[in-house]
Amino acid sequence: MDILNHINYWAAIALAAIGLYAVVARANLIKKLIGLSLFQTAVFLLFITVGKITGGTAPILDAAYEVYSNPLPHVLILTAIVVSVSTLAVGLALAIAIKRDYGTVEEDEIHAEDSAAGPDKA
Amino acid sequence: MSDFLVLRVIAKLLIPFILLFGFYVQMHGDYGPGGGFQAGVIVAAAFVLYAIVFDVKTARRVAPMAALVSLACLGVLLYAGVGVANLIYGGRFLEYGALAHDPAHGNHIGILIIEIGVGIAVAAVMMIIFFSFARRR
Amino acid sequence: MFVAATGIAAVWLRNLLASAMVLGIYSLLMASLWVVLDAVDVAFTEAAVGAGITTVLMLLAIALTGRHEKRRRARPWLPLATSLGTAGLLIYATLGMPAFGDANAPAQLHVAPYYLAHGQAETGVPNVVTAVLAAYRGFDTLGEVTVIFTAGIGVLVLLGGAKRRQRKETEPAAGDSA
Repeated sequence: MDILNHINYWAAIALAAIGLYAVVARANLIKKLIGLSLFQTAVFLLFITVGKITGGTAPILDAAYEVYSNPLPHVLILTAIVVSVSTLAVGLALAIAIKRDYGTVEEDEIHAEDSAAGPDKA
Repeated sequence: MSDFLVLRVIAKLLIPFILLFGFYVQMHGDYGPGGGFQAGVIVAAAFVLYAIVFDVKTARRVAPMAALVSLACLGVLLYAGVGVANLIYGGRFLEYGALAHDPAHGNHIGILIIEIGVGIAVAAVMMIIFFSFARRR
Repeated sequence: MFVAATGIAAVWLRNLLASAMVLGIYSLLMASLWVVLDAVDVAFTEAAVGAGITTVLMLLAIALTGRHEKRRRARPWLPLATSLGTAGLLIYATLGMPAFGDANAPAQLHVAPYYLAHGQAETGVPNVVTAVLAAYRGFDTLGEVTVIFTAGIGVLVLLGGAKRRQRKETEPAAGDSA
């Protein structure tokens, strides 16, 4: 019983760990961005589950209900999702620009090209 | 772009309803789930569907980049403009009580206008992003 | 909740095209999870954004950058240890957090009851999420919209400017100035 009390945090942490692993371990920039968005959803999950109240309902006021979940995290995450897709788009655009200039999106190949071309290329 | 007849017909049928649903979500955001962010994305999704199933070029002619950029600016400025209008009417920045005699009514009007601003900005930006990705093909 | 976890597991295994697809499925699962957690507005956004726009953008970007991730020499131990260590520390930290669904947790006691009690009277809007979004935290949302706007302009500059430069490079005496 006591263990299940914190299951929501652990789910978020598991997602965050997977995202972090993808960001650190994968050399492919697109894969890193996928990891980054996983990490983002982990944070979303943390916020939303903090706002959940057992027996509550969605925060749209109606005379039939008494208990509502906390609307504040919903607001924050709602905007954060849309912001996350636009920042993801910026990341992907950067990856495309890198692909155009370097011909690859693999991190170590980019480093290799950088050190081969000398300081004036970067 | 796509040669599949089924896809083209279904997409043609769906797109007006997607747009209509987007506007419904926009205007109904006060009473149910929805609002400017969702509506903007849904409207953008209609254009994206059109561009994928038919042709990016045609879609770009319907929504040219210059118009999208000015729409995005318009959305953000509409939002900020409501804030400034409050200042002019003697309220505080983005505190809509001053917009009508009754503060609650003023708040409702302010929320509606702001959601429209958000919707325009989000839809325009999503389409800008999609078209600049699609153009590079 | 476990459904979502399985979604992830698939995400980081496959090649890029497949993982973009799985990311879309994952997003849809998250959307249903938000409904279960009473966050209908968030679910709506996630379904529209995550399962729709993100997948399309991912696919377009993958079409431009190549669909296969190159296989690296496998040395995943350091990153694995890092992420597991972080997870372990965070789990240790959660032991002091309030339980899931607790109505008396500190997060529920501060401003949320005010919004729920006075939101409709002060704004005339029954959906408290919309009321908070546009009225109480209006300044915050203005900032978010500005961020989105800036991101759009950023993408435009990154990808649109590229086209201009390419055109310049096709001319014979073009330098590689950035």
